[in-house]
Amino acid sequence: MFIYTTPVYRLSLALQGFLDEQFYQLEELQDESSPNFVEEVVTLFFRDSSRLMANIDQALEQCPPDFHRLDKFLHRLKGSASSIGAGKMKNECAGFREFCSEENLEGCLRSFQKVKKEHTILRQKLENYFQLLRQVVPVDKATRSGS
Amino acid sequence: MLLWCVAAGFGWKEVVPWDSGLIWGGQEIHVLAVDDSSVDRALIAKILRSSKYRVTTVDSGKRALELLTLEPNISMIITDYWMPEMTGYELLKSVKESSKLREIPVVVMSSENVPNRINRCLEEGAEDFLLKPVRPSDVSRLRSRMR
Repeated sequence: MFIYTTPVYRLSLALQGFLDEQFYQLEELQDESSPNFVEEVVTLFFRDSSRLMANIDQALEQCPPDFHRLDKFLHRLKGSASSIGAGKMKNECAGFREFCSEENLEGCLRSFQKVKKEHTILRQKLENYFQLLRQVVPVDKATRSGS
Repeated sequence: MLLWCVAAGFGWKEVVPWDSGLIWGGQEIHVLAVDDSSVDRALIAKILRSSKYRVTTVDSGKRALELLTLEPNISMIITDYWMPEMTGYELLKSVKESSKLREIPVVVMSSENVPNRINRCLEEGAEDFLLKPVRPSDVSRLRSRMR
């Protein structure tokens, strides 16, 4: 683990409303053999989630909306969010799914706006976080015991 | 760095270099991970590799079965439950119905805690059922179940 400078600590605090413990599990998995593991997984997440959200957009525009298909996309989106520790986004997806199961289109549309917003904010925050990590010079690199 | 490995029940020891994968009873432990989510594939692969297992990941049950016909020495299959086309349950069934493959232990993962689903899988012969996101501690308890 690096000893971070204050700006990074502040930034990681800002992330705390958005991320849950699973994100720190990812950081724990990062090691010498995969030094960019967290960023790689996060990149995969945004690639996957962007595609899913485009699919969700399409499903919502259909007349009538295909709630069954929508639920499948949401299940996947929620799962990926959960896997990277994007707790806030995961919860928004759960709410969205509720509306979907009720076939409540208006609720779905409102939820989707929230999910999109969360997604954008999270992406920005994580991009900033990784950028700042790259700029930080490691002061001390503690050896991992046991690996 | 050398790793001492005792094959329980066989009563002999083998000294192997740690980066060639964990050796159990003279055979490398090779785990097949099946998940349609790229995020979850990256995560399970990292957890397994951190435990020094050799890992192959595929994105569908169909590809898993294809690989299994070519690669006989799989110590364990870890599969997601919800996948398009072929679910993890259907993959489990195919493996257990095959005279060639049925001895391979199968573990099912899911982001949802559905008791019926869990029971169905266990009744069909799954070794274990893991809730996502999967943690290293979940994987370490699978060690004794590997072939």
